[in-house]
Formats: sequence, C-alpha cells, structure tokens
Amino acid sequence: MKVLVPVKRVVDYNVKIRVKPDQTGVETANVKMSMNPFDEIAVEQAVRLKEAGTATEIVAVSIGPTQSQETIRTALAMGADRGILVEADADVEPLAIAKMLKAIVEKEGPELVLLGKQAIDDDSNQTGQMLAALMGWPQATFASKVEMKDGSMDVTREVDGGLETINVKLPAALTVDLRLNEPRYASLPNIMKAKKKPIDTMSPADLGVEPAKRLEVLKVVEPEKRQGGAKVESVAELVDKLKNEAKVI
Amino acid sequence: MTSGVDTETFAQIQEAVRRFTMERLIPAEREVEETDTVPAAIVQEMKDLGLFGLSIPQEFGGVGLSLSQEVAVIAEVAQAALAFRSVFGTNVGIGSQGIVIDGTDEQKAEWLPKLATGEATASFALTEPDAGSDAGGLRTRAVRDGDTYVINGAKRYITNSDSATILCLMARTDPDRKGAAGISAFIIPTDTPGITIGKPDKKMGQRGTRTCDITLADVRVPAANMIGGDALVNQGFKTAMKVLDRGRIHMSALAIGQSRRAINEALAYAADRKQFGQEIANFQLVQALLADSQAELYASECMANDAAARFDRGEAIPQQAACAKMFATEACGRIADRAVQIFGGAGYMVEYPVERIYRDVRLMRIYEGTTQIQQLIIAKQMLKRQAAGEKL
Repeated sequence: MKVLVPVKRVVDYNVKIRVKPDQTGVETANVKMSMNPFDEIAVEQAVRLKEAGTATEIVAVSIGPTQSQETIRTALAMGADRGILVEADADVEPLAIAKMLKAIVEKEGPELVLLGKQAIDDDSNQTGQMLAALMGWPQATFASKVEMKDGSMDVTREVDGGLETINVKLPAALTVDLRLNEPRYASLPNIMKAKKKPIDTMSPADLGVEPAKRLEVLKVVEPEKRQGGAKVESVAELVDKLKNEAKVI
Repeated sequence: MTSGVDTETFAQIQEAVRRFTMERLIPAEREVEETDTVPAAIVQEMKDLGLFGLSIPQEFGGVGLSLSQEVAVIAEVAQAALAFRSVFGTNVGIGSQGIVIDGTDEQKAEWLPKLATGEATASFALTEPDAGSDAGGLRTRAVRDGDTYVINGAKRYITNSDSATILCLMARTDPDRKGAAGISAFIIPTDTPGITIGKPDKKMGQRGTRTCDITLADVRVPAANMIGGDALVNQGFKTAMKVLDRGRIHMSALAIGQSRRAINEALAYAADRKQFGQEIANFQLVQALLADSQAELYASECMANDAAARFDRGEAIPQQAACAKMFATEACGRIADRAVQIFGGAGYMVEYPVERIYRDVRLMRIYEGTTQIQQLIIAKQMLKRQAAGEKL
C-alpha cells in the first residue's frame, strides 16, 4: 500500500509569534521554520505502517516556497521514501491545496493519505476534509488510534463527547491528532541518507490548478494583553466587583 | 583536510541534536543528578540518534563530521548536564581517535563500525596513579612474548571504563627509554583475563559520569593489537598527543556549551527576579556580570572555531588547541561563578541548575591537560618561535 503524507512548513512551535505592524499577517522573515507538528505525527504513523509491513512506499508532499524542500527532507530522514515539492506561494488556501493534492493522488494512486489535522499557523483544519470530498473518499479526522484491517481501518477519533471509533474503507483520507503517537527523532545517519532520496519538483500549473484567492484577510491582531489580577480585602468587596465591574453575577 | 558533511545536511543534523538536547536531555538532568546514572533509555536514544559516531568517518558507518562541525554539535549537547556528553564522549573523542588517526586498516575495519553505532564503547587509558600531568612518566609495562604482549600496571580515573568494550591504552614497551619515547598504544578488549576495573570514583560533580581505576595483571593481547601495528612501536605517545590535540578543541566546545547554558540561566533569572522594586537585570552591576560573561563566551567561540577550521585545513595546531582549551575552560569557570552570583542565595541551592554547573565545570580546567600544562605547551611553542628568530 502506498501512503501519501502532505507536510507543511510553518513557523516553529517554539517561536513566539509576532504580528506584522501593518496587521496583514504574522512575521515570518528571519523566523525559524519547521515541519507542522501534526504533520510530523502523520509521517511517524506512515513510517510505523511501513515498519509493520502494511505500507510499501511513503511519499511526502509539500506545497509552498522552495525552502519547503527542507521540510520534505525532514520527512525523508524520518523514513519517507521520496518527496514531491510543489513550488507555490506560502499562503495558498486550503481548497487550492486540496485540489493540488487531488491531482497528485490521481497520479500516484495511494490507498491512504495521512494528514495533520491542521497546521499550527492558520489553524484552518480543512485540507484533509476537502481532499476527501474532492476524491469522493471516506474521511476519518482527529485520529488518536488507528488499526489497519483488510481493506479498511478502525479509527478512534477524539470528539467533544469523548472517543468515537469508526471503520472506514480504503482508500481514505486520515487526519491525525496529537495523541496518536510520539514522532521519532530522525537519526543523524538517516539525515545523511535522506540527502540521496529523490524529490520531484513541480508547479501548480503542472497539476492543472490555479491557486486563486477566495478568501480575504481583513486584519491580523495580537490577542489582548491579559490584565494582571488584584487582591480583594473582603468577601463583600469580591461580590461587589463581580456584580458591578465584571458584571457576572 | 576534512570537509565533513555538506552545509544543508549539517544544518539538519545540528537542529536534530539541539532538539534532542532540549526535549530529552535537559528534562532528565535532575534524575541523573539524583541517581548518579544516565538512564539506560536515554543512552539507547543517544545510540539510535547516532551520537556515538559523530567523528567516525562515514566509510566506517559514522557521521564523519569535520572538527568544526563537531565543535558546533558538541556545544549543543553540552548545554545539558555534562554527564550526557560523557556517555558518548569517549567514542567521539579520545577513546576512538587513536584508531581513526593511527590505526591499521584491520583495526579500523574491526572497531570503527561498532564504535560508530555505540555497539562497542572505548575508553582512553593514559593516566596512572603516578603519571598524571607527567604522562610520559607512565609505568605500565608491555613486554613482547612471541606474537603477544603481556601488560602489567595500573590506570587511574579512566572515564567510562566500567562499561567500555575496549581500552585505548598507553604502556611502556621500551624500559630503557625514559619519558615519552618508548611508549606504545594498544587496543585492549576489557574482557581480556587479568583486567580488573575498580569501583566508580566519587566525585565533586559531573554526577552520572563514570571514572574507575584499572589494574592489569599479566594481560596478554596479540601483538596485532598495537595501534598502527609494529610500524608504530614506541610511537604511542605521539598518537596520544595527536588524540589530545583534537580532544582539546572538543573540550573547548564542551566549555562553550556549558557557558551558553549558564548565561541563559543567569539572564532569564535576572530578567525575572525583582529587588528594590524592579528586575535585577536593570541594575548596572548585574549587567556588568552578564556582559563580561557574554564577551568571554564570544572569545571562546572564536578561538574554538578558528582552531577547528585550521585543524580541518590540515594545519598543526598545538598552540591554538592549548590556547582554546585553556581560555574556554577558564572562562567557563568564571561564567559559572558569575551565574551563581547573579542568582544570589538561590544560586547556592541544588534546585537551580547553576549550582550543578558550578561544580560540573570545575573539572574542565583539569582533565585532558590541566590549565598549567596548556600554559607550558603554549610557552614551549613561543620559545621555539623565539629560537627560530620568528616574530608574530
């Protein structure tokens, strides 16, 4: 079984995000970038499937600027077999991404597409679902446990009310949640071997997709600064403040 | 000439090591300090990551870093407690390099692939009860008997010897020649009959590292175990000095890592701790402590990087290596001391890492050549220059 894993280059999760002064987005110049953490979990799951003998080939795909090649290399170092880089702007919208992935899926013919449930930069949480819809495939989202069966898989999903287990037929799109696994560290010898693994480069036009803008960002602002707490002298004062300042009782 | 790995791959290697240090090693520091042991699971992770093979050539399964790259990677790992580096440090540095530099093809083929993965570990056995800084005065004897050597003697403070697979051991093969001449280097499997490894030493700091005494009683090894074979009989001290030249740059990197950590800890504390109604980082006397540390760290980095780059270009660097080792480790001692001072009373408490750093880094001014030995090496090079009529 071939597995496709889309990986996104995002601002590293350790970086303190700063909003651009003109409120058009967040600062990405001279900021450390790395693989979206949810995508790392997806890569790890694919590698485990390969180690278990279920997956035969893992293809890592990234859509973004040239430097996204580094993100693909990380996936290759973790155990993916080859990469596909679609060179595009950094801010391609989820629907265009899903359309490009669809074109790649049709070309590559994977039985499973493993995605992070969302990217930590724009938190869209749409690509996996849109891809499934475009392909007419079943989807299993927010997976915290996956068990492969013959021609299908049992997926435990983290939903508001608790855990839900569903069975989906393959081929399918699976989006992974935080608790599915703990991604491995790429070993130094594997980082060196990854250099020799092939990466195909293409453009959105090669895939027949025009990444048109459908969404308009009005403005991006910092969250309001949290106000410092205060001590009250008595219960009466507390009740007064809750009633008249906070207006919660 | 050592080029190491390409820049792009190296950036990924450095990032992987940095992340491993921050996510796995630093959170385990307290456990190491309390149990005086690096957890077996972490040792395994370090093997899996490839840290044991950093300096071993790629043709033998190692990562094959240049010395410049080794400096950068070791400085990352050495931000965590020094015990972690010590676990694989002898495989990267003094334990393996004798074989890498002077070993025969057979010795390299037999040992380097195992050392690269951590399947085998190596210790460097030079120091003796009566031969420390006077390493040339060592008394351990190796006597040729047919195709074998019979070795008798004692070694002291040998790092990782209680877990080592092999010792890279210096012994006197020509008793008629005093001093450094007449010493040969041997590869000695620790399971050879006649070897006794003592109990681990109790030390001031660097808890989790292991050093032990070793006694050798009629230890018989094939003559083929002499590093470099018969061609290098009585040349072992030269091998040891080549190993230590490289090791001194490695030590500088260690000092740089601990200096960075001490500065990070002190800076974060100073920016948070309030006295007289404001953060103590606002006070100029505290700023002076921080600034002196930053400048000394920068000087250490410049020296180590320059010396490593020269080494990678094939230059002989006895003076630069000694300067870098002496300066970086002495500076690290001062930087750790200032960090404790910035923490005030809290800096004396074991719950803050600067207390441990202060004790741990003290050893760096002693091992792999004391500061005083480095001074002698530097001065010797200077006097040679004077005798040759050379000016700077």
